[in-house]
Amino acid sequence: MQSWRCMVEEDTLENEVVEAELEIRNVDGLHMRPAMQFVDIANRFESQITVSNDQTSIDGKSIMQISMLAATCGAKLRIQAEGPDARQAVKALRELVEEKHFDEPIP
Amino acid sequence: MNTANNEKQWANEMKLSDFVCFEATAPDLQAGDRDTAIIELVSLLGQAGQLGKAKKSQIQKEVIKRENEASTGMGKGVAVPHVKHKAVKDVAAAIGLSHRGIDFSALDKQPVYSIILLVSPTENPDQHLQAMECVFTHLQREKFRKFLRQCRTPEQIKDLLLEADEDPTL
Repeated sequence: MQSWRCMVEEDTLENEVVEAELEIRNVDGLHMRPAMQFVDIANRFESQITVSNDQTSIDGKSIMQISMLAATCGAKLRIQAEGPDARQAVKALRELVEEKHFDEPIP
Repeated sequence: MNTANNEKQWANEMKLSDFVCFEATAPDLQAGDRDTAIIELVSLLGQAGQLGKAKKSQIQKEVIKRENEASTGMGKGVAVPHVKHKAVKDVAAAIGLSHRGIDFSALDKQPVYSIILLVSPTENPDQHLQAMECVFTHLQREKFRKFLRQCRTPEQIKDLLLEADEDPTL
């Protein structure tokens, strides 16, 4: 019984799902340089990262797919991380997008 | 084709034929290296009148500088070198194909066979993003990449792009 409970807890930990809505704040939007920063950070985490806009959901670790979002300044993206480090992944991505706004000018 | 119509409002869904300059396609690039390929493609855009008042040599230099900062070789044999310039009025793209492959220091370290080079106006970052969206929507499809690489004439490139604009799976 004890071991069963441990399994569940471990499982729960491993499958944590964290979601957040992020607003693109830099003037030039999610062009290639920011997209590469995004993918670079996303790839530091084990969690699976999905990014969605109104039309599509893509793999947040793929530079080609991120470039397909054409997220302009003011656009809102939903990100979902699933895995053992989901919380840290979302935190790091939020920092990049909303706090540092990719180290680029804002309006 | 780029219409250079300033009044035109770019719809959300941009098409390849809205910005790819069909007079600026090179189905058999002779360039053996990245910089020569970039210089050739920018020249084609210049000859086609797509650079506005910008100097060809200036754009060439800036695209290479941008490329040196971070490779636009996205893997899978494609690269999308680009630059924004204030003298450019509307986003315009040239396409070059290399049969032997060019070293672009791509993310996957593999040679690049298809180059889509974009110049965009500085003042309209959204237009640049929409053109990029369109380019990558197609480039991430294996079928499109293969067909593009197989093109041997400017007409074949044009036909493929027009077909891709109409076919959501290509």
